[in-house]
Amino acid sequence: MNEYALPLLLPAYPEIWLLAMASIILVVDLFLPEDSRRNVVYWLSLAAVAGCALLTVAAAQAAGGRAAYTFGDMFVADLMAHTLKLLSYLAVAACFVYSRRYLADRDMLRGEYFVLALFALLGMMVMISANHLLVLYLGLELMSLCLYSMVALNRDSAVSTEAAMKYFILGALASGLLLYGMSMLYGATGTLNIEQIAQAIAAGKAKQVVLVFGLVFVVAGLAFKLGVVPFHMWIPDVYHGAPNAMTLFIGSAPELAAFAMAIRLLVNGLIDLAVDWQVMLMLMSVASMALGNLAAIAQSNIKRMLAYSAISHMGFMLLGLLAGVVGGNLLSAPNAYSAAMFYAIVYVLMSLGAFGMVLALSRAGFEAEEITDFRGLNQRAPWYAFLMLLLMFSLAGIPPLAGFYAKLVVLDAVIKAGHIWLAVFAVVMSLIGAFYYIRVIKVMYFDEPESDAPIEAGLDTRVLLSANGLAVLVLGVMPGPLMALCLAAIQGVYPLGR
Amino acid sequence: MPIATPWLSLSIWVPILAGLVVMATGRDDNARVARAIALLGAVIGLLVTIPLYTGFDVTTSAMQFEEKTPWIERFNMNYHLGVDGISVLFVLLNSFITVLVVIAGWEVIQSRVSQYMASFLIMSGLLNGVFAALDGALFYVFFEATLIPMYLIIGVWGGPNRVYAALKFFLFTLLGSLLLLVAFIYLYNVAGGSFAILDWHAVPIPRGDRWWNDPQILLFLGLFAAFSVKVPMWPVHTWLPDAHVEAPTGGSAVLAAILLKLGAYGFVRFSLPILPEASHALAGFMIALSLIAVLYIALVALVQPDMKKLIAYSSISHMGFVTLGFFIFNAYGAEGALVQMISHGFVSAALFLCVGVMYDRMHSRMITDYGGVVNTMPKFAAFMMLFAMANCGLPATSGFVGEFLVIMGAMKFNFWIAFIAATTLVFGAAYTLWMYKRVIYGAVSNPHVAELEDLNGREILVLGALAVAVLAMGIYPAPFTEVMHASVNDLLKHVAAGKP
Repeated sequence: MNEYALPLLLPAYPEIWLLAMASIILVVDLFLPEDSRRNVVYWLSLAAVAGCALLTVAAAQAAGGRAAYTFGDMFVADLMAHTLKLLSYLAVAACFVYSRRYLADRDMLRGEYFVLALFALLGMMVMISANHLLVLYLGLELMSLCLYSMVALNRDSAVSTEAAMKYFILGALASGLLLYGMSMLYGATGTLNIEQIAQAIAAGKAKQVVLVFGLVFVVAGLAFKLGVVPFHMWIPDVYHGAPNAMTLFIGSAPELAAFAMAIRLLVNGLIDLAVDWQVMLMLMSVASMALGNLAAIAQSNIKRMLAYSAISHMGFMLLGLLAGVVGGNLLSAPNAYSAAMFYAIVYVLMSLGAFGMVLALSRAGFEAEEITDFRGLNQRAPWYAFLMLLLMFSLAGIPPLAGFYAKLVVLDAVIKAGHIWLAVFAVVMSLIGAFYYIRVIKVMYFDEPESDAPIEAGLDTRVLLSANGLAVLVLGVMPGPLMALCLAAIQGVYPLGR
Repeated sequence: MPIATPWLSLSIWVPILAGLVVMATGRDDNARVARAIALLGAVIGLLVTIPLYTGFDVTTSAMQFEEKTPWIERFNMNYHLGVDGISVLFVLLNSFITVLVVIAGWEVIQSRVSQYMASFLIMSGLLNGVFAALDGALFYVFFEATLIPMYLIIGVWGGPNRVYAALKFFLFTLLGSLLLLVAFIYLYNVAGGSFAILDWHAVPIPRGDRWWNDPQILLFLGLFAAFSVKVPMWPVHTWLPDAHVEAPTGGSAVLAAILLKLGAYGFVRFSLPILPEASHALAGFMIALSLIAVLYIALVALVQPDMKKLIAYSSISHMGFVTLGFFIFNAYGAEGALVQMISHGFVSAALFLCVGVMYDRMHSRMITDYGGVVNTMPKFAAFMMLFAMANCGLPATSGFVGEFLVIMGAMKFNFWIAFIAATTLVFGAAYTLWMYKRVIYGAVSNPHVAELEDLNGREILVLGALAVAVLAMGIYPAPFTEVMHASVNDLLKHVAAGKP
C-alpha cells in the first residue's frame, strides 16, 4: 500500500471548492472599489454556494447511494451528509438574500460578512462529514469562531458585543468539555476514528467507566451546540443581542450541523452506549420543552421569543434521537433518527422564514424586534401577514403545515419506543407553545396597525420569502418525499446500514 | 372499469380552491368580485355534493364513493375518502350551510371581505374532508386545520371581546386534539402500521387490569379529550358561549351547525367502533355527563340575558342529547342522535342567523333591548317562531324527530334516564319561548324597535331555505333516516359484539 498516494478528492470537492472560493472572495473584496463591492461579493458568494451544490450533487451521484470515505477514513460522504449539506447551502443562500438589504442599510454589507459566513458554512460541512473526532472538532471550531465574529460584526453596538462575548466564553467552555470528553473516548478505545471507536466498544475492549465518563462530557458539549437545557443560557442572549441578520444565520444552518454532529458522535460512534445517552437526552428534552415553552410566553421581543422557541424545538427534536434503541436492538432506529432529521430540517425551514420576516419588516434605523411591531400587518401587507401566519401555525404544529408532520414523526418514534407519557408531556408542552405563536397571529390579524410604513423588501427577498412560506404549506400537504429522503439518508449511516 | 367522478374530492377541493381564488382578489376595492366568486364557489360546492345523495346506496353499510391514493408512503398514510350512511348527510349539510352563510354575510361584512369569504369557503372544504376521511391521519389533518379559519373568523370579525374568545376556542380545542394525536399514533402502531380507520375498527386493542394501564380506557380518554371539547360536553363547554357570543353571525352559524358535530361524529366514527368495550365500560360516565348537559345547561340557558349566549347554551344542551343517544347503544338512540345532529344543524344555524338579522339592525344582542319586534317585523317574527318551536322540539319540526327517538331509546335502556332527558322538552320550551316572548311580543318597547325594517329578500332567501329544511325533516324524515339505517345497524352490531 502506497502511504503517500493522494487521497481520493471527489467526495471532498465541495469543501475544497468552498475553501478556494472563500479565499478568493476575501482577496477580491480588497481590490473592489467601495461602491461596487457589495453586489459583486454578494453574487460571488451565491455563486460559491451554488457551485458547492453542483459538486455535492455530482459527488452524491458518483457515490451511487453508498458512503464514500477519504483522507484515511477521516472524512465520510454518505447520503445523510449530502442531504444535510445541500440543505445547509440552501439555508445559507437564503440568509444572504434575506440579509442583503438589512445589512446594506446598516453599513455591514461588507466582504467580512460573506467571508465569515462562507467559512462558517465550510465548518458545518466538515462537521457534517466528519468521521474522526478531531476533524469534527476542527469543523466545529471553524464554524463557531466565524459565528462569534459575526455576532460582533456590528462593533459599535454594545449589545452585540456583549452577546458575542457571552457566546464566545460559553462556546469555548463547551468546546473544552467536548474536547475533554473526546480525550476520554480516545483513552478508552485507543482511536479517534469514530467508526473504529464504535467497533472497539462493540468488541468490549473499552473500559466502561472511562467511556461513560467521556460520554457525559461529549453529550454536554453537544447539548451546548444544540442549545438544550441546561446548556441553553447563551441562546436567548445571543439571539437577542446579535444583529437580526446574524440571528437568522445562527438560527438556521448551524442547527443542521449540530444535528449531524449528534448523529456522528452518538450514533456512528457511541450507539452501544445508547442506554446511557438516551436517558441524558430524555432529561434534557423534557427540561427544554418545559423551559423553552414556558419562558417564551413571557417574551415581548420576537427574537427572544423565537430563541426560547428554538430551545423547545430542539428539545422536541431530541425526542427522535432518544427513541432509537429499544431494548438493545436497532430495529426502530432508522425510523426514530430519520424523524429527528426531518424535524431538524423542517425547523430550519420555519426558523429561516420567521427570522426572514423579522428582517423584511426592519427598515433603515428601525428594528422590527418587538412582537408589537407586527401589529396590524394584515392591513399593511396582507401577503406578508399570510406568510407569517403559515410560519407561526407551522411552528405551533397545526396541520396541514410542515411543523405538524415534524411533531407527528417524532411522537410516532417516541410512542413506538414505548414512552407514551413522554409523548403526552410533549403534546401538553406544545399546547403551551401554541399560545405564544398564535399570539403573534393575533397581533397581526386582530390588532390595528401602529405605523403604515411600507414594507421595503427587494424582489429577491419577496420571492424567496414567499417560496419559504409556501414551502411550509407544500411540505405540509406533501411531506412524503422529504420523509422518504430522511429515511434513506439515515439508513445509509454507519451502524444502521450494515 | 370506468373511472368514477371523484365527487368527494370535488366537495372538498372546490370550496378550498374557490376560497384561494377569493383570497387572491385582495383588498376591499374588489369586494363585489370577492362576494360573487364566493357565492359561485359555494353553490358549485353544494351542487357537487348532490350526487352523493342521489347516487347513495341505502342498502349497504359499506363505504361508498371511495377514493384511495397513496399519500405519505413512509407512514402508510393514504388519501382515502369515502362516506357511509352516518357521514354522507353531514357533507350535504355543511355545503348547504356554507351557501347560506356566504349569502348571510353579503352586506353585513364590509371590511376584509375577501378574507372573510375565503375563510368560510376553505373551512367548508376542510369540514367536508373531516367527514369524508377514512384515513386517521387525513382525518386529523382536516380536523385540526379547521381551527385556523375559525380562529381568524372569531378574532378578526368578532365582537368586542373577540381576542379572548378566539384564544380560548383555539387552546381548548387544541389540547383535546393533541391528545387525540397521541391516541391516533398509538392506534397506528397497534394496527401494525396502518392509519386506515376501517382497519382500526377491526384490530383488537389490548386490555389491562386497571384503568391506568388499560390501553382501551386510556385511548377512550384520549379520544374523549378531543371530541368532548368539540361537542362540547359539560364541563369543558365553557369556550362555546364565549366563542358564539363574539363570533360574527356566520361564524356562530357554522360553529353551531357543523363544528360541534365533529365531536359527536368522532364518537360514532372512532370511540364506539374502535373501543367497544371501553365504550360500554364508560357508558355510565358518558350518560351522566350528557344528562348534566341536558338538564343543568338548560337551566343555565334559562337565565341568559344575551340571546346568542342563550342559544349557545341551548346548543350544548341539545348536543347532550346526541351523546346520550350514542351511549345507550340501541338503534333508536343512535338514529335519533344522528337526526338530532342534522336537525340541530339547521335549527341552531337558523336561530343564530335570526339573532344576526336583529343584531345588524340594532347592534345589540341583549334581550332587554328588544320587545314588540313583531309589530315592525312580522315576517321575521313568523320565521323565528318556526325556528323557536323547532328548538323546543315541537312535532312536525325537525327537532321533534331526534328528541323523540332518543327519549324512546333511553326508555328502553332505563326509565329514569329517559325521564331526566325528557325534562328538556319542558326546559327547552321554557327558555326558547320565554326569550321569544320577551323579544318579539308585547308592545314596542323603545324607539329603536319602532324603526326596525322587516326582512329583505336576501334574508328571506336564507331563512326560507332553512325553514323548508326544518319542516321537511319534521314532516317526512324518511329520506334522512333511511340513508343511515344500514350503517347504524351495522355499527350497533359491531359495538354489541365487541372485538374478537
